[in-house]
Amino acid sequence: MSLPVLKINKNKSIFKNEVMKLLPEGGNLNLCLTCGLCSSGCPATGLEEMDPRKFLRMASLGLDEEVLSSKWAWMCTMCQRCLIACPMKIDIPGLVFNVRNRWPKDDLPKGIHGSCEMSFKNETCSAMGATEEDFIFVVEDVLEEYQESQPEFNDMQASINRAGAEFFLNQNSREPVTEPDEMVPLWKILHMVGADWTYGSKGWAAENYCLFLADTEKWEKNVRIKAKAVDDLGCKVWLNTE
Amino acid sequence: MREGKLIVNSDWNKDLGVKFTVQDPCQLVRKTLGDPIAEDLRFVVKTIVGEENFIDMTPNRSNNFCCGGGGGFLQSGLPEERRFYGRRKFEQIADTQATYCITPCHNCHSQIHDLKEHYKGNYHTLHLWTIMCLAMGILGENERAYLGPDLVDVNPYPNPEI
Repeated sequence: MSLPVLKINKNKSIFKNEVMKLLPEGGNLNLCLTCGLCSSGCPATGLEEMDPRKFLRMASLGLDEEVLSSKWAWMCTMCQRCLIACPMKIDIPGLVFNVRNRWPKDDLPKGIHGSCEMSFKNETCSAMGATEEDFIFVVEDVLEEYQESQPEFNDMQASINRAGAEFFLNQNSREPVTEPDEMVPLWKILHMVGADWTYGSKGWAAENYCLFLADTEKWEKNVRIKAKAVDDLGCKVWLNTE
Repeated sequence: MREGKLIVNSDWNKDLGVKFTVQDPCQLVRKTLGDPIAEDLRFVVKTIVGEENFIDMTPNRSNNFCCGGGGGFLQSGLPEERRFYGRRKFEQIADTQATYCITPCHNCHSQIHDLKEHYKGNYHTLHLWTIMCLAMGILGENERAYLGPDLVDVNPYPNPEI
């Protein structure tokens, strides 16, 4: 029993070539020796009967439809272990990123898409929809509790919007929304070293789901809101915990 | 810590001998600052828990495996695939036989915590801030949610004896 013949259309502009225009050094996408070092060290090898080598080979053969609709693009985390292992330094994660970038909007994973959209609901950039008021309330409430109950920390600070502080600390939404006590150990460490830090009520949320969606415009928009918040407070260092 | 601004030591673990391993977050190590930050991370962890109580997983540093928490996997709606992806990470941690895996990354923390539940592991997943504050004797009662039964009552703060 033989397999069907694969017709390769040499005249079609293939996806791989489009990606090579976007990546530094073309991502070295044409240099594959099919050695398999990528696949042998990839935790996603085997999912969807796919692996990094096969993904690249399919792209190289111009199997654009298959590559651009392969759910494996959402199972690769773009961790770059394949890239580091590759003797030709082929940017397979870059290829995966661009597959995500071209994914039909209606078919995007709902959780990631929802979180990206939510982050624009207000200027906190919180993927959980936490507002400036929510954040200020939780931080002030928790701080007061700890100042009162823990003697060495009665002068500990957790400022919000303190202009001119050296460090602008960001915060993943998870803690203030679901487990606010987990914010405190880091405050204590910063207090112990005498760090001059503040939160911002705008742009405080550390997470960025638009990055995972490979939506380059929204990713940039998200980061610019945050960068502006840091600049507006005149902080020298953006301490990114994410 | 190196400049003496943050005083931490591992005396608290000298007799207990609780064992720790550490995850190398892909974004922090392999994708950004490389092996130098992996060395800094180990310096911090060993100072906190004691060098003899730190067990590196294999492989490690830039060569470590991704845990599967990044890239949006946690919110992709693909839990079966995500856990299959994470089986190597679970095995790595289990092979160290450490009681705790320190995860200096939110995504790693969520994934490695989930992998423990799914694959019925014996380890606990810790933020670095938790174990640092425990070692310094300033970890309060409500900051211990991720500690296991062996450590949850160690170094209580405020100290009831004072």
